[in-house]
Amino acid sequence: MNAAPNDDIILEARNLTKEFKGFVAVKEVNLQVRRGTIHALIGPNGAGKSTVFNLLTKFLTPTRGQILYKGRDITRTKPADIALMGLVRSFQISAVFPHLSVLENVRVALQRPLGTSFHFWKSESSLYDLHDRALELIEAVNLTPWAGHTAAELPYGRKRALEIATTLALDPEVMLLDEPLAGMGHEDIEGTAALIKRVAADRTVLMVEHNLSVVAHLSDTITVLRRGEILAEGPYEVVSKNPQVMEAYMGTGHA
Amino acid sequence: MTVASNSTRVAVRGPAIGTALIAAVLLLLALAAPFVLYPVFLMKVLCFALFACAFNLLIGFAGLLSFGHAAFFGSAAYIAAHTVKEWGWAPEAGLLAATVVAGLMGLVFGLIAIRRQGIYFAMITLALSQMVFFLALQLPFTHGEDGIQGVPRGLLFGLFDLSQPLTMYYTVLAIFLAGFALIWRTVHSPFGQVLKAIRENEPRAVSLGYRTDRYKLVAFVLSASLAGLAGGTKAIVFQLASLTDVTWQMSGEVVLMTLLGGMGTLFGPVVGAGLVVTLESYLASTSLPVPVVIGCIFVVCVLVFRRGIVGELMHRLSKRGH
Repeated sequence: MNAAPNDDIILEARNLTKEFKGFVAVKEVNLQVRRGTIHALIGPNGAGKSTVFNLLTKFLTPTRGQILYKGRDITRTKPADIALMGLVRSFQISAVFPHLSVLENVRVALQRPLGTSFHFWKSESSLYDLHDRALELIEAVNLTPWAGHTAAELPYGRKRALEIATTLALDPEVMLLDEPLAGMGHEDIEGTAALIKRVAADRTVLMVEHNLSVVAHLSDTITVLRRGEILAEGPYEVVSKNPQVMEAYMGTGHA
Repeated sequence: MTVASNSTRVAVRGPAIGTALIAAVLLLLALAAPFVLYPVFLMKVLCFALFACAFNLLIGFAGLLSFGHAAFFGSAAYIAAHTVKEWGWAPEAGLLAATVVAGLMGLVFGLIAIRRQGIYFAMITLALSQMVFFLALQLPFTHGEDGIQGVPRGLLFGLFDLSQPLTMYYTVLAIFLAGFALIWRTVHSPFGQVLKAIRENEPRAVSLGYRTDRYKLVAFVLSASLAGLAGGTKAIVFQLASLTDVTWQMSGEVVLMTLLGGMGTLFGPVVGAGLVVTLESYLASTSLPVPVVIGCIFVVCVLVFRRGIVGELMHRLSKRGH
């Protein structure tokens, strides 16, 4: 346990604790996400995985503990600012801008670096130069035929794909995905899992999932949470044979 | 890829030609209107239309319901009336002062209220505007219940005599068009895109790196300034600034106009303001109780056209287009 930054660890939580009015939702969680890996955070309902996720993405403030990103303490950083540092999250309930078109959804994510986002006197046509890049991203998630449609018209699985395209628009170093496969049909799960695998080729992914089997072949490391504490950690082969994990999952019948 | 992006550009331009045609026809109508209708009535419509458009910029495009916009409208009226009458300022200087003061008030209101969401935001703006109302009642320069009366219209830029009804009308029309153009541009700007994203899904906008509070604050200041421009103009037109314009009922009226016309549509608030002002002035000469009639119309409109008059119209047209 030394304080020296480890180049291999891109995101780290140290003794992360969150209490809600006396109820301890997350207790002394130590988590290390290695650069370039797909790391899954799983656990049954109420295990605190969403809380850990919201703490890491700064949407909640920890009661105690520390969060380090590339060796820098980001425990007190604002959520909008970590996005600029390369840490971008998605949401459990699909996070699109429903009344904007698919193209505009992606373009909103692309326009910030132009530095004109406060320019209310400038024409929207100044953003048209971003269309080529936006359409490339839309192509990458197979949404090209939908580019002109409003996001509200997309079926659920495609909304998740759009969300990934929007997240990718920021070219994040770390993508944090909150249950990216939840509520999807079988055909969508395979497509989206392949997509996650593809986009993770040159970046780090931390995802929260409910279901162990879904992340089995997708992730390099799996951390299992139960009642706010880490129960087990390691690759699927190790974690799935852990008797405590098996017990935790037998109850819910998901493993 | 380039072909696809070009086609998107064309798709964006297609309906723009139709919009430009409609705008040209409306502009001609507005230019000809004072020869058919009473100019003072038209100017009242235009002042309230600008006020409602300013309000709509917040509710319709940033998703913020302010229940205190009368504070900006009414205070600006006092500033314009006082600077022009007591200090002898030219009307354009009075209007500029009114707009700036309203904008500064918007900044203060915004800094206090912007972190709150939904009904809490509305309540804070209401509370602040009530404070402004009591200040307007007590401060000596507003002349309490009497208001500031007999404001001279003066010479615009030292050239145009605003006491001529037609000159005054075209000045008000120009002010309205400038305000409307600014709102149109804001909505169709890089800033407007972010604003819409915040309205649609604020946490997502945050996760994309936007400090949403700042964007909302800029929108709030813009909206307050334009509401102030509308209030100042009204004071010059009617040569009067009174307590009526700072009451909470006035804040309610602008909500009503915007909802009737269609919030989130650019032209809805104009239609809503026209409708409410017309009804008020026609009903005033009858023995019918004005608030009851307007209330009934509002209920019917909300039940029949949930998106407001213009919103419903556009929805039906786009449905047919599909």
